[in-house]
Amino acid sequence: MAAINRDDVAHLARLAHIEMSAEELDRMAGELAVIVDAVKSVSEAAGDDVPATSHPIPLSNVFREDVVGHTFTAEQALSGAPDSDENRFKVPAILDEA
Amino acid sequence: MTDTNSNQLIRLSAAQLAEKLAAREITSVEVVQAHLDRIAAVDGGDRGVHAFLHVNAEEALAVAAEVDAIRAAGGAAAAELHELAGVPIAVKDLIVTVGQPTTAGSKILEGWHSPYDATVVQRLRAAKMPILGKTNLDEFAMGSSTEHSAYGPTRNPWDLDRIPGGSGGGSAAAVAAFEAPLALGTDTGGSIRQPGAVTGTVGVKPTYGSVSRYGAIAMASSLDQIGPVSRTVLDSALLHQVIGGHDPFDSTSLPDPLGDLVAAARLGNVDGMKIGIVKELHGEGYQAGVENRFNEALELLKQAGAEIVEVSCPNFQYALGAYYLIMPSEASSNLAKFDGVRYGLRVLPEEPPLTIERVMGATRAAGFGDEVKRRIILGTYALSAGYYDAYYGSAQKVRTLIQRDFEAAFAKADVLISPTAPTTAFKLGEKLNDPLAMYLNDVATIPANMAGVPGLSLPGGLADEDGLPVGIQLLAPAREDARLYRVGAVLESLLEAKWGGPLLDRAPELAASPVVEPVETLVDAQEAK
Repeated sequence: MAAINRDDVAHLARLAHIEMSAEELDRMAGELAVIVDAVKSVSEAAGDDVPATSHPIPLSNVFREDVVGHTFTAEQALSGAPDSDENRFKVPAILDEA
Repeated sequence: MTDTNSNQLIRLSAAQLAEKLAAREITSVEVVQAHLDRIAAVDGGDRGVHAFLHVNAEEALAVAAEVDAIRAAGGAAAAELHELAGVPIAVKDLIVTVGQPTTAGSKILEGWHSPYDATVVQRLRAAKMPILGKTNLDEFAMGSSTEHSAYGPTRNPWDLDRIPGGSGGGSAAAVAAFEAPLALGTDTGGSIRQPGAVTGTVGVKPTYGSVSRYGAIAMASSLDQIGPVSRTVLDSALLHQVIGGHDPFDSTSLPDPLGDLVAAARLGNVDGMKIGIVKELHGEGYQAGVENRFNEALELLKQAGAEIVEVSCPNFQYALGAYYLIMPSEASSNLAKFDGVRYGLRVLPEEPPLTIERVMGATRAAGFGDEVKRRIILGTYALSAGYYDAYYGSAQKVRTLIQRDFEAAFAKADVLISPTAPTTAFKLGEKLNDPLAMYLNDVATIPANMAGVPGLSLPGGLADEDGLPVGIQLLAPAREDARLYRVGAVLESLLEAKWGGPLLDRAPELAASPVVEPVETLVDAQEAK
């Protein structure tokens, strides 16, 4: 497996919506390279015949009746929002108009 | 109430408090006030334990007064009170509560109040257990030392220059420092058990799905589990019984109850039981003093009639690596919701354009600490195209291998035993700049989360070389949590007989702050942070 480098970290930080300074990218790339190296043996542990486990104790078809149950009022739902208006979350522009 | 009485009250176990409350020898208001006074005396200041991020004095006293009034009136209402009614508890600040802030130890949620209670909190309220406050943790429960809290580290009551473990260092330290008889924790890779080990307290990670996760801010949803923190095995069983059971608000909640855990703790009998030593979970890499206390525990169990067998779980060597792929992958997805739109912090970028994407980038840059950023980036990497099969896919296969190892081991043994953590508490700052060294603390606790099986850590004594607490871990098959309490209670009573009393009796006396702040001032100070 390829090692993780500074460009990878910059790309991943953009995907994850976390702004990073040049210093932060340098440091993070070094730290992550060590961690990725430590976990790489995982890819050699299991053969193709081993099924994946996504959940420790699988339950299937967990449904409930299709009726309105516990819901928040708009006021409750908006109570922690940084900004709201007319019972809605208010956000900055979605598209870059510059 | 005199200081002596107050000091006696805080040293009682939850079971002892419950008994005295039911007999009306003491009142819940006295008990809650004694703990609030203790918090005021030892939690604040430069050399304070700093187990609490928020103290909930007013509400806790009101609930206590209500319980006292019901008991005083007698009749049906008094008879219907829960066994633990009036016994106070602290709650890890990853678990949402109405009426108190929930920060998850992060700046991104500073000052946020949840509009709903977690299911476990609803159950505490139904049992009328006064909630003393919210305890410190590594940010979003990511860490093994509580040093990654955005609000400063918690100190280990055994040595204030050492870590209390993590992520639930606040809950463990609060219980170890007699600031609370009980606490709730969450355990994704050992965050209940490892703090228990290094603070000389008891902590239990229940079977996955046996305690509702509704209202626990998710780190890794397939690994997270809420569980009890206490000073005795019986107390953990009592609390586990309160918070456990099916919850329709958690789709991974097991439909069937686990059986009588309290009865198992009271039964305490290992005669004829097979207890398996996991070959891979001791020896090399474990501190000598930890290994000595572990061997001593084995000897005691053998004398009590248990048969000790050795089992091998060869795939556990991959558990830590697989965990550090699965956990960050799930965390990177779970933490995407902190985007500066629906709750918490919003930070505007310094330069235009002011778009939502740039606001998210600036908000998450300012709101998350280094460890959270590392895990989000690592998870994003493990899930990205081209790497998914090699990383996340392989880690999920390892999970299957670990489950198979557990199945084989439990075919030979009723419970498994190991040290909880490879070392005793290390110094604050010692591993802060070495993430990988920090991750190794969880090497013995992670396999249980990967397989969903329950685990309990109890005090095993003090290491010879440093005089600090050592934890002994018990593991049982899924849904067999009762076995942990049964074996744990036996080991606890044998060890306490050997020590001549509880291990925490040997902890150094914590110096009270020079000026005992009134609780109200403390609450304001904590809120202002």
